[in-house]
Amino acid sequence: MIKFFLMVNKQGQTRLSRYYEHVEINKRTMLEAEVIKNCLSRLKDQCSFIEYKDFKLVYRQYAALFVVVGINETENEMAVYELIHNFVEVLDKYFSRVVRHSIYYEIFLL
Amino acid sequence: MALKMVKGSIDRMFDKNLQDLVRGIRNHKEDEAKYISQCIDEIKQELKQDNIAVKANAVCKLTYLQMLGYDISWAAFNIIEVMSASKFTFKRIGYLAASQCFHEGTDVIMLTTNQIRKDLSSPNQYDTGVALTGLSCFVTPDLARDLANDIMTLMSHTKPYIRKKAVLIMYKVFLKYPESLRPAFPRLKEKLEDPDPGVQSAAVNVICELARRNPKNYLSLAPLFFKLMTSSTNNWVLIKIIKLAFGALTPLEPRLGKKLIEPLTNLIHSTSAMSLLYECVNTVIAVLISLSSGMPNHSASIQLCVQKLRILIEDSDQNLKYLGLLAMSKILKTHPKSVQSHKDLILQCLDDKDESIRLRALDLLYGMVSKKNLMEIVKKLMIHVDKAEGTTYRDELLTKIIDICSQSNYQYITNFEWYISILVELTRLEGTRHGHLIAAQMLDVAIRVKAIRKFAVSQMAMLLDNAHLIASNTQRNGICEVLYAAAWICGEFSEHLEEANQTLEAMLRPKVTTLPGHIQAVYVQNMVKLYASILQQKEQSGEKEAAQEITQLMIERLPQFVQSADLEVQERASCILQLIKYIQKLQIKEVPVAEEVIALFAGELNPVAPKAQKKVPVPEGLDLDAWINEPPSDSESEDEKPKTIFHDEEQRHRHRQPEMDEEELARRREARKQEQANNPFYIKSSPSPQKRYQDAPGVEHIPVVQIDLSVPLKVPGMPMSDQYVKLEEERRHKQKLEKDRKKKKQKKEKRGKHHRHNSLHTESEEDIAPAHHVDIITEEMPENALPSDEDDKDPNDPYKALDIDLDK
Repeated sequence: MIKFFLMVNKQGQTRLSRYYEHVEINKRTMLEAEVIKNCLSRLKDQCSFIEYKDFKLVYRQYAALFVVVGINETENEMAVYELIHNFVEVLDKYFSRVVRHSIYYEIFLL
Repeated sequence: MALKMVKGSIDRMFDKNLQDLVRGIRNHKEDEAKYISQCIDEIKQELKQDNIAVKANAVCKLTYLQMLGYDISWAAFNIIEVMSASKFTFKRIGYLAASQCFHEGTDVIMLTTNQIRKDLSSPNQYDTGVALTGLSCFVTPDLARDLANDIMTLMSHTKPYIRKKAVLIMYKVFLKYPESLRPAFPRLKEKLEDPDPGVQSAAVNVICELARRNPKNYLSLAPLFFKLMTSSTNNWVLIKIIKLAFGALTPLEPRLGKKLIEPLTNLIHSTSAMSLLYECVNTVIAVLISLSSGMPNHSASIQLCVQKLRILIEDSDQNLKYLGLLAMSKILKTHPKSVQSHKDLILQCLDDKDESIRLRALDLLYGMVSKKNLMEIVKKLMIHVDKAEGTTYRDELLTKIIDICSQSNYQYITNFEWYISILVELTRLEGTRHGHLIAAQMLDVAIRVKAIRKFAVSQMAMLLDNAHLIASNTQRNGICEVLYAAAWICGEFSEHLEEANQTLEAMLRPKVTTLPGHIQAVYVQNMVKLYASILQQKEQSGEKEAAQEITQLMIERLPQFVQSADLEVQERASCILQLIKYIQKLQIKEVPVAEEVIALFAGELNPVAPKAQKKVPVPEGLDLDAWINEPPSDSESEDEKPKTIFHDEEQRHRHRQPEMDEEELARRREARKQEQANNPFYIKSSPSPQKRYQDAPGVEHIPVVQIDLSVPLKVPGMPMSDQYVKLEEERRHKQKLEKDRKKKKQKKEKRGKHHRHNSLHTESEEDIAPAHHVDIITEEMPENALPSDEDDKDPNDPYKALDIDLDK
C-alpha cells in the first residue's frame, strides 16, 4: 500500500505531496523533513530502498528533484520503483519536456 | 454602487494567482512565515467575495499552502462552495482542496453529499471523474452509505474513463461501508472481463486487495485469475495477480499451488522485468512454504529460486541486491539449509557501503546462526561495530548482536564467559542508546546461568572500578545503564567477590552522585548487601576493628546520597544510614550483629515469565465487577463530606510523627521487602537472594593473550573475547578427536549392521557440548498456568467486516 507520494527538491522543500492516509498536518512537515534528510544523505551507488520506521521509502532522483514514495511491507518495492519512473515519463509527455518550472507551477493545474 | 464594482474589479486585478504566490514565496526566503501570513489574509479577503472565480483562485492558493504545512481547515465551507461551481476548472480546484484537507473529522463533509451526487450523475464525464477522484480521499461511512448505489451504477457507464474510476473507488467504499460489498460484487466480477484493459486492471486491483484480507471468500475466482495470468502481458497486472491472489489463495488450496508452479517457473525464466521476477520468486517461496509435502520437484523449485536470488545478490545494481537479500530472508524461515550454503556471500554483503543492504544482511544472519558459527559471526560484527563510529547503524548492530546471541533462550551460546566478555566489550561503545539492553542481558545471564556468576561478578567489579570512564556519559539509556547491572550483580552475588572492600569503596566514590537517579538507587541498595557480606566475613574472622572501620566508612559516605535530588535515592540512603548507625551502636557494645543483617537479604528470586501476571488465577469468591462501596448518590450531602475526610487525615498524620523510631523503621522495611518480593514486577530494583555461607573459591586464571586489535578504549584487566574463540576452537577440536576415536571403536563393533551418516565428518549441532554446564533457570509462572499465547485482535479492523461469504 502506498502511504504517500512526495516530490522534494535538493534544498529540502516539498514541491508536491500527496497522502493516501490521513496524517495530521503538523506531523506531515516533520515526516517530510525526516524523509528528505534520509534521502539526501544517500550516495549515488546506494540502493533506492530505505527502511524508515515501520514502512519503506522508495526514492528516485531526477536532476535536482527527488521523488519519494512511502510504502508498507506488502508492496513490491521494485514495482513501485518502476511506477515512479512511469509517472515521470507521463509528466514528461504531458508537459513535453518536464522542467522544474512545470513541476512548481503547473502541476497543480493537472 | 457602480463605483464599488469598479473598485472591486480593480482590486481583483491585483489578486495573486497561484504562480504569483509560488514565485513570491521563493523570493521571500528570509521572512517566509510573514509573507505567507500576509497572503493568508489576502486569501481570506478574496474568499469573502461573491465571484466564484476569485474564490477558486483563493482555494487554489490555499491548497498549495496546505501542502507546505499550513492548516486550512477553517476554509472548509469555502472549499465546498467552490466544489459546487458549474465551471469544470473551478470544480476541479474545489475537489482537489477537499481531497487534500478533508478527513473523517471534518464536520461539513455531510454538506457535500448532494453535490457529489449531482456531479456523479452529470452528463459531463469529467465532472463525474473529478468527483470520483476527490471522493476517494475523503469518503466517510455516511458518504459511502449514501453514494454506494450511484457509484455502483457508474461501474457500468459507457465510458471506460468513468468505469475505471468507479471500480477503484468501490474499494474505498467497501472499507467504509462493508454492507455494500455483497450487492456490488457481481458487477465487480464482470469488470474482470471488461474489454478495456484499464478497467480490467482496476478490477483486478480491487479484487486482489479484497482477496488478500479474506482469501477464503474469493477461492471461486481462482480459475478466472489463472486464465488472466496466462493471457495477460501487462506486467503491473501480472504482479498484482501473482502477489495478491496467489500469495493469499494458495495456502487455502494446495492443488492450486501445484498447478501454479509450472507457469510461475516459466515466467521466472522468461521475463526480463526485474519487478516481475522478484514477485514470482516471492510467490514461489510463499507457495512452497504452504505446501507441506508431496511435491516431487519441491526442492528443485526452491533451488531455482535460490539460484536466481543469488544472481540478484551478486548483481552490481544495489536495488537488485537489496531485493535478493529480502527474498532470501523469506526462504530462510522454512528452508534454512538451502540458504546456509550462501553464507559467504551474505557475510560479504555485510561489508557493503550501503546501509540498507547491510541491515538486510544482518537480518539474514540472524536466522543463519548456529552453535558453530555464532562466535565467528559475532566477531565479524564486532569489527563492524568498531568501524561504524557515531552512526545509528552502530546501534542497530548492537541490538542485532544481542538478539542473535540471546535467541531461543541462549540456544546457540556454548561459552557464556565469551558472551559476558562480548557484553563488556560492548560497554566500551560511546554514545549508544541501548545501554539498558546490555544491562538487561548481563542481568539475565548472571541470574540464569549459575555457573557463570563468579566470572560475571569479577567482570562487574572491574567495571565498577573503572566507572569513571563510563560515568561521563550520563544520558538516559546511555552506557551508564551498565553500571546499574554491575552494581546489582555485585551486590546480589557478593559471595563470589574477591575484593569486596575495594568494590564497596568504588561504589561509594563521590563521582557516583553524577549518575542518573535510578542507578544511584541500585548502588545504595547493593552497597548494603555488600556491607552485610563484608561484615559477616570480618566478624567470622574476628576482625572487629575492620568491621567497625567499614561501618564508619559507610556512615561517612552515605550522607552524599541522602542529599541527592532523586527521591528514591534519598529515601533508601536515609533508611540505610539509620540502620547502619544502629548497627554501629550495637558494634560498640560488642554485640555480633552480622547474622541479623544477613537475614535481611534472605531468599532467592527467580526470573518471572512475562505473561505470568496475566495468568494469575482470580481467587474464588472474588467478583471484580461488584461494587466495593455503594455507588455515590448524587445528593448534596457530598459537599459536606470532603471537609470531614481531610479532617480525619490530618489527625492521622499527626499521630504518625512520634512513631518514627528505629524499630518501626526496621519493621516497615521488612514489610516493604516482603511486598516487593511478592510483586513480580519488582525484580530488578529490589531482590532478596540467599547468601551462601561458603568461602569464595579462587578464580582460575585464564591466560590473557594480548591480541593486537585496534580498540578505542583499553581498560586494564578486561579479557579480550578473541581468546575465547581460540579456546573454543581448541576445545572443539579436542572433542572432535575424542568422538572420532569413540566412533571408530563403535564402527568396528557394529560393522555392516547400520549405514551411519557418521562417516561424514561434519559436526552436527548436538555434538558440540557447551563449555559450562548451563543451568538456565526457567521463568516462573503461577500454578497451572498454560504457556499459551493469545493474540490481541483489533476489534476495529475494517477488514474483518469485509469477511463475508460471497458465493451465497
